[in-house]
Amino acid sequence: MTALLTDLKRLGSMKAPDGFAERVLVEVGMADSYAVFETVLGEVYVAWNRFGVSAAARCASASEFETMFKREVGRPLTPAPAAAELAAKIEDELSGKRTMRFDLRGLTEFEQAVLRKTYEIPRGEVRPYGWVAKEIRRPAAVRAVGTALANNPIPYFIPCHRVVRTDGHIGNYGGGGPEAKKAILTMEGVRVNRLQELARGGVRYQGVKTTKIYCYPTCHAAQRALEKNVVWLHDEKSARAAGFRPCKVCRPAA
Amino acid sequence: MEGVERMFERMVREHQHRVYAVGFALTGNRHDAEEVAQDTFLRAYRALSTYPAERIRDLKQSPWLHRIAVNVVRNRARGAKPRTAELNGSEPDDAPGPESRTLLRAEMDDLACRLAALPPRYREAVVLRHVHEMSYGEVAEALEQPVGTVKSNVHRGLQLLRGEDHDRVVD
Repeated sequence: MTALLTDLKRLGSMKAPDGFAERVLVEVGMADSYAVFETVLGEVYVAWNRFGVSAAARCASASEFETMFKREVGRPLTPAPAAAELAAKIEDELSGKRTMRFDLRGLTEFEQAVLRKTYEIPRGEVRPYGWVAKEIRRPAAVRAVGTALANNPIPYFIPCHRVVRTDGHIGNYGGGGPEAKKAILTMEGVRVNRLQELARGGVRYQGVKTTKIYCYPTCHAAQRALEKNVVWLHDEKSARAAGFRPCKVCRPAA
Repeated sequence: MEGVERMFERMVREHQHRVYAVGFALTGNRHDAEEVAQDTFLRAYRALSTYPAERIRDLKQSPWLHRIAVNVVRNRARGAKPRTAELNGSEPDDAPGPESRTLLRAEMDDLACRLAALPPRYREAVVLRHVHEMSYGEVAEALEQPVGTVKSNVHRGLQLLRGEDHDRVVD
């Protein structure tokens, strides 16, 4: 009689397997998994949950990534096998195809707007901080845009490296400093040195005489112009005075 | 919403072992136990997000989770027969937890199998009363049955587990 009851009682002391609570929290989107992926940028640590990718960083070690994630995001984080599906999306994003979903919960509305707008900048192109500010209808918040991008939890995939200063400085970069920013842009096909020269000379826009349209110098619509038809413009006012209208693709005067 | 998330995380950490143990005792194997436990918490999470704040505050978490777990097992049973035989102690013992000192893993699996073979109404009553040591009142609440029914089901379930009066089993 008592043996059976004692055994039954012991059955109640069963322990859930290791990591069970974390798996539940991952299921409901309250915790994240992470793995390290081999990419064109080298090893990149990526965290994700059911809503999408939540963080990325090039870290020296898993513990460095865990510490960073805890500080920046704060949710529980557990290592997981590198999912092939996500590996494919990572490759897509880094080659210019947009297939990734992001989890931006925890960021302010403003920060989310900045990151979503930045995500629209095509591979091989750059935009000034002021462009992002204007596009999200907060034209005076240029510095705040810079701060939001500096705190981008998902660099490389949300391409904060494609936002640069108008004066030719490449600008700071949370994903590994200005040199890393330059290297990634170069890899994406941006002629960084030429861009910096133009900027230092005060050139902001490229106008095309035949179409009377002016663009940001990296706008893909501007790349088709013949060299002889190109004019370099210093500001919006003189561009308009010379009869140019802003490009509808890169929206230099949005 | 932040408050609910914090509370849910605490609830998962605090009750994970008990909910898993219910799942194990009711299904008879570790694989189903984990699925049941996970489904239980997922349902709990969805329910919490629809509850008003005062209902969440007054919630008696343990009986509530047990009731959800019992329902999860009942709903699964409608779909498929519980797999009672195949995992009978054959899995590698990966984590020798505190339970392995008191009851061998194979014995636990064996007992869980025998429980899983009981008709559901006896099994649920025995598991909640004797595996989880809830009072008859709590079991009645969790199963939404009268206390008298629970008592007789527990009694009957224990008889069946001991292998007594097999011939009079009608279920």
